Amino acid sequence: MENFSTLIGGIAGDGINEAGITVSRLYSHLGYHIYMYYDYPSLIRGGHNFSLVRASRQEIAAHTDRIDILIALNQETVEKHKSRLKEKSFVIYDADKVKLDDAKHKGCGLTITSILKEAEAPSVMKNSCIIGGYCKVVGIEWSVLEEILKKHIPKKLELNLQVARQGYDQAEGFCRIDRPVDKQDQKPHPLITGNQAVSLGLIKAGLGAYVAYPMTPSSSVLDFMAGNAGHFGLKVVHPENEIAVMLMAQGFAYAGVKAAVGTSGGGFCLMTEGLSLAGMAEMPIVVVMSQRTGPSTGIPTYTAQGDLHFILNAGQGEFPRFIVAPGDAEEAYYWSGVALNLAWKFQVPSFILVDKTISESLYSFNIDLAGELKDQAAQAPLLWNGQQEYKRYHYTDTGVSPLAFPPQKGQVIKANSYVHDESGITTEDARIAREVSNKFCQKGQSLAQDLEAYETVKVFGDKNSKTALICWGSNKGVCLELALKLGLRMIQVLAISPFPEKKLKSALQEVERLFCVECNSTGQLARLAGFYGIQTHGRILKYDGRPFSLEDLESELESYPESELERALA
Amino acid sequence: MNPKDLATTAVNTWCPGCGNFSILNAMRMVLAQLDDEGYPIENVVLVSGIGCHAKIVDYMNVNSFYSIHGRTLPVATALKLANPDLKVICFSGDGDSLAEGLDHLIFAAKRNIDVTLILHDNRVYGLTTGQYTPTSPQGFKGKSTPEGAVEHPMNPLELMLVSGASYIARGYSHGIEQLQKLFKRAILHKGFSFVDVLQVCVSYNNLYESYNKWTYTVEGNDATSFEEAQKIIRSWNYDSSEAAIPLGKFYEIDAPRFDQAFAQHAQHAPNLWERDSKIKELLENFI
Repeated sequence: MENFSTLIGGIAGDGINEAGITVSRLYSHLGYHIYMYYDYPSLIRGGHNFSLVRASRQEIAAHTDRIDILIALNQETVEKHKSRLKEKSFVIYDADKVKLDDAKHKGCGLTITSILKEAEAPSVMKNSCIIGGYCKVVGIEWSVLEEILKKHIPKKLELNLQVARQGYDQAEGFCRIDRPVDKQDQKPHPLITGNQAVSLGLIKAGLGAYVAYPMTPSSSVLDFMAGNAGHFGLKVVHPENEIAVMLMAQGFAYAGVKAAVGTSGGGFCLMTEGLSLAGMAEMPIVVVMSQRTGPSTGIPTYTAQGDLHFILNAGQGEFPRFIVAPGDAEEAYYWSGVALNLAWKFQVPSFILVDKTISESLYSFNIDLAGELKDQAAQAPLLWNGQQEYKRYHYTDTGVSPLAFPPQKGQVIKANSYVHDESGITTEDARIAREVSNKFCQKGQSLAQDLEAYETVKVFGDKNSKTALICWGSNKGVCLELALKLGLRMIQVLAISPFPEKKLKSALQEVERLFCVECNSTGQLARLAGFYGIQTHGRILKYDGRPFSLEDLESELESYPESELERALA
Repeated sequence: MNPKDLATTAVNTWCPGCGNFSILNAMRMVLAQLDDEGYPIENVVLVSGIGCHAKIVDYMNVNSFYSIHGRTLPVATALKLANPDLKVICFSGDGDSLAEGLDHLIFAAKRNIDVTLILHDNRVYGLTTGQYTPTSPQGFKGKSTPEGAVEHPMNPLELMLVSGASYIARGYSHGIEQLQKLFKRAILHKGFSFVDVLQVCVSYNNLYESYNKWTYTVEGNDATSFEEAQKIIRSWNYDSSEAAIPLGKFYEIDAPRFDQAFAQHAQHAPNLWERDSKIKELLENFI
């Protein structure tokens, strides 16, 4: 089979995310590519959670609305998701708890609650039991499940295996799908979330400290960094608020430790004061900014791309910044490393702009596809050569001043939030004020020049098509898959700042109909491109907190009124 | 080292008679002394906030991070975590640390991070030309409170004591020798050290006369006793101008420090090549 979608749903506390990961691992072990979207409300127990696992022979990074199998741990899951079922789809459910109308044709009811009771197993093990039944139904051999449970279940393995086996055996005799799962020759890739990819990318490039205050959907970066601090010599700090976070990062930077921070919109609001300081004091810092539905508290556990212009303009005054919006796990890994290197090479704030979809979705991660960071020596920060007197803000042709970190015998290192002279002493002199601004502009130009060597705009699909989709961040996966299906050109903008104007214009050559696809209500990338004279003819926007599914985007495209389009073109 | 070597070419813009001069001169003398005694000056990093006090870093030829209003301590905390060999000294104002950055002050004390904070406590906003601060007395007629401040002041030393600071002292800008003594001890102290300096603002809150009359130095106190420190600290609450004002070291204890917990990590920081193989190793767990 080509593509297979499974939805597993239950209440928060049922371990739905973990169950989804287990289903993902099954397919991954058989050589399929995986994308899992995890949907959950902002509460600890109760509510409705679901994981939507998609397995494909192709590389994918998007989910479908329609599903092949529904795994229902409660009645609510059936009611909420039965409309997703296709004619030949069916439901695996706990027959002790869930009622299904068309059970005869569509159902595979397992007596989960009874099995658990008999085995004296805790309720959370119903996942193992039902996934056991699932394997039987879709034709995944017992040994595959056994191997995965043995590797990933740390506690009460024997009991888990026992209830899983009972689920597996009981499913015998229930309907099976026409074309069972086959094994691909691809070796299994690790399955990681976007936030894990960001973390690993930063670590790879030499991260020394991570500072953050928890905020969904960025918190799992903090958790991952803290959990792995020992392996990588990381100093991980969770301080009193995001204001402290941003200032601490700069204390680390001043002392020569490469630091990153992470947050979402509300936390970033508190960081803007410190961001402007980083601009003025030329402190290299990396901000992992994971967007969620806003404004304000918004919908905390749901997605959005509403903060592009905020990030672009945050902080008083004018200073250069690097902003990259990766579109999947490989890009998140690679570009996070680049962001750290560029922050230090040009002494600017660097942003890794992601969203809940990227941060918390699960991807098959092919590290070989991610790409190697450029020669680290060429990307290394400019360091003071120890020759002449040290001046922290020494003027150079590139606008980048050599760095030195204390202690330096006989030298003084002065960072300053005020307009300052080359040695870092405060000044109100008009000439120096102008020179400082010129220095920042120069740095911005040097950064833009450096980025020429990077693939900051990517073109996929039919590169000759006159109809193109343009997107950024998490919509890469859905746009790419649809462009391939419909024979469209697909353009992904990775660098948001400095804006890759030339590359984008060249990617757009001979495009007559350009649709932007964004998860916001105003078309933020389209507006930004507009500043550079690039006109989009249609805007396909989704701003309900949910990412585009393949079907969503396809129907939006199909239903786009021709008349409106013609008017736009005219 | 001669304290004069710690001057810069920056033109000093404090008002004549400003209490900040005493702090500047005392600190230069202390740092020069410490350099002679084996605490090299290049290991010192000064961090300042924003306000008249903050200009001090421009006037000292020492490593510095001229930060933003209220935010000295997060910078200082990270400096200490990044490099435990650094001596990190914050200069902050009463508006700076007690209003804008109070959360950071409480957390620095709670963590007992090994940095020093000198509070230039002039009890008025000077650079913004005369508004009340958290330590101005009730009834203070400032530009933002023309009818007199409604609130009672806070006692920063009392707050520091209950928050976990392990060195607490008060000095006065008319007593430079005492300031030197208190600063030196504060810098050498392992843990969060807080020195409140009654620093007179000659332009907007000239309290020389009152302080000269009412301040006295406590002697023979047991600085390891929380209760005794509390009693001394509570004997003057910043509200009354007709009460004895104690100066000196009120509290100093040994306590576990936040920075100690990080020392071990630094030893294991892998190089870029090792990172690569460790990442691949880690990824095996995700298959």
